[in-house]
Amino acid sequence: MSVTATQKRGLGSAIWDYLTTVDHKKIAHLYLAGGGLFFILGGIEALLIRIQLMKPENDFVSAGLYNEIITMHGTTMIFLAAMPLLLGLMNAAMPLQIGARDVAFPFLNSLGFWLFMLGGILLNCSWFMGGAPDAGWTAYAPLSTTSPGHGVDFYILGLQIAGAGTLMGGINFLVTIINMRAPGMTYMRMPLFTWTTFITSILILFAFPALTIGLFLLMFERLFGAAFFDVSLGGNAIIWQHLFWIFGHPEVYILILPCFGVFSDVFSTFSRKRLFGYTAMVFSTIVIAFLGFMVWAHHMFTVGLGPVANTIFSVATMAIAVPTGVKIFNWLATLWGGRITVNSAMLWSLAFIPSFTIGGMTGVMVATVAADYQYHDTYFVIAHFHYVIVGGTVFGIFAGLHYWWPKMFGRILNEALGKTAFWLFFIGFHLTFFIQHFLGLMGMPRRYWVFLEDQGLDTGNLISSIGAFFMAAGVIIFFINIIYTAAKGEKVSGDPYDGRTLEWSIASPPPHYNFKQLPLVRGLDPLWIEKMEGNGKMTPAEPLGDIHMPNNSFIPFMISFGLFIAGFGFIYHNDNMIGTIAMFGGMAIALLSMLTRSVKDDLGYHISKEELEKEAE
Amino acid sequence: MTDNANTNNVVDEYQKTKNKEELKGHLISFAMMIVATLIAFGIVASGVMGKIYAIPVLVLLAVVQVAFQFYYFMHLKEKGNSMTALLIYGGIWAAALTVTGLGAITWW
Repeated sequence: MSVTATQKRGLGSAIWDYLTTVDHKKIAHLYLAGGGLFFILGGIEALLIRIQLMKPENDFVSAGLYNEIITMHGTTMIFLAAMPLLLGLMNAAMPLQIGARDVAFPFLNSLGFWLFMLGGILLNCSWFMGGAPDAGWTAYAPLSTTSPGHGVDFYILGLQIAGAGTLMGGINFLVTIINMRAPGMTYMRMPLFTWTTFITSILILFAFPALTIGLFLLMFERLFGAAFFDVSLGGNAIIWQHLFWIFGHPEVYILILPCFGVFSDVFSTFSRKRLFGYTAMVFSTIVIAFLGFMVWAHHMFTVGLGPVANTIFSVATMAIAVPTGVKIFNWLATLWGGRITVNSAMLWSLAFIPSFTIGGMTGVMVATVAADYQYHDTYFVIAHFHYVIVGGTVFGIFAGLHYWWPKMFGRILNEALGKTAFWLFFIGFHLTFFIQHFLGLMGMPRRYWVFLEDQGLDTGNLISSIGAFFMAAGVIIFFINIIYTAAKGEKVSGDPYDGRTLEWSIASPPPHYNFKQLPLVRGLDPLWIEKMEGNGKMTPAEPLGDIHMPNNSFIPFMISFGLFIAGFGFIYHNDNMIGTIAMFGGMAIALLSMLTRSVKDDLGYHISKEELEKEAE
Repeated sequence: MTDNANTNNVVDEYQKTKNKEELKGHLISFAMMIVATLIAFGIVASGVMGKIYAIPVLVLLAVVQVAFQFYYFMHLKEKGNSMTALLIYGGIWAAALTVTGLGAITWW
């Protein structure tokens, strides 16, 4: 396949191209599209929740449907929206930031995406096949083991398949960052987003196996008659909670750390300063990841673990406030005295600081065991984690999208629309969740489908629901912005922000081989160093030569599709013959695809030196 | 060896000593691993130790063997493997926390 052959094509070949692509930039587009789709679904579910709770004793949805909606809202937002959107940003920016031509395992990258996508679709098929999971996004046993119907089975299989994809993504990024940095790009010269991608990938590698095991136990309990969590048969229901939170707590750091990286890059670019306290930023990220594995039981203070266990986990949890505080002050110091440009990416980042700090503060409050008995399972907790996840992760995703959009698509997102979307979302967000702190303190329990009249909860819930519509309006305007930009957006050069890191040293959108010649990195913020020394562009570290590229492959889709079919099979194999056939058939498709991959040599292709020279014209 | 060997005599000599040392290291660690295995078998077969003592001793011997395996046979002691080592220890740390946490809280 030559470079010119990919230039002109119809819609069909474009779809085929995306189905088979192993290019990290196109996989980033796929992740963003898939994550965006599920973000809309999760958002609709959120709106349904807020409509139901708009007035006392509302009957907009039934109690059973409400349980399904809250379960799917949480599951979708965490696993199918936030994580893939972050993986999309990582795929789009990280290889460029370290001066690599692709990730270490392009095939695996594609497989990771298709597993996530088909796992997510499998989970959402439950809506049309007898009801969605209804045991909460945490799926606590015995509620999840005794939930009737197939809802929870869809949760298990869907997350198992999507989780395998995420695990692959994490391993891929780790190997990429360890092995594929450009000459001179030492660890302590990596941009903060690359660092946080690295640490996040370590967290994925160590945390996801706990989820995998938990889901396997639950699967065997529900579908094959095992009794790991069944107390009457000698099991222990608490094991699920431990396994889930051993995964679940690192998971929230998986969600927030990449965003810390986005903010660090955005702040330093738009303050025209190098990041204040770079080393402290790197090590505070490592410390957060390290402590993140020692705090899972703070989700279980009211389970009855005893005062000693509760105290240990409480102290460990509060300790995390220290490295996080270091970060907050470093960002403020980066802004201090900088020549600040306030655009949309910067607005999301600036708004993140106070919003996330509020979430961190309530975090220390709920980490206090004695007080947590009051907060537990109330709207106070809902308010807390939405302040950190929306105020941290969602703001970070929007900041990252605005920041890297010109790099990904060659057009910059419209600023007026971007700022309108920001203000609507920002106001809506605080309107929705700030009041929930007080609803929680007044004793409104979470997960209940109705509340009673005249208990002091009416006004607060109405305000909260109004805020949700503001957030929805903000998101809609953001999507309008995307369409507008695709149609009429302003085209920009490779370096629209006078950037500091390697991704801004190449064209926008980058050629599919990224760097014609690998750049020579001479320090932190490599492009900025060259600009300050009057070179203006990176010095190549190698002569122009042939570039080895991987071939596209349809096999990742086939493997994922096989597991998708097998997922349905596992769910229905106790019910009818078709289920059993699907189980074996799906596994056969997946395993045969893997076999094909193993026996068929695929050595990729070379872009010749002559072609590269011709392209420069 | 070919003619190359003469021109690169110094390098060759260096490589030879290095190989020799590495072989020595391999042999010593291999012997020690066999000894450790024999001790482990001996403890169980002869029944000199009660269960309470035997299990920790066996676990300790296993840990020593894993360390030998990592450092001598999987070349972890060589330069440029610090990130691999860090990740392995990180993984061991996360696993140990999980096991002790679960063990201490749920079943103890």
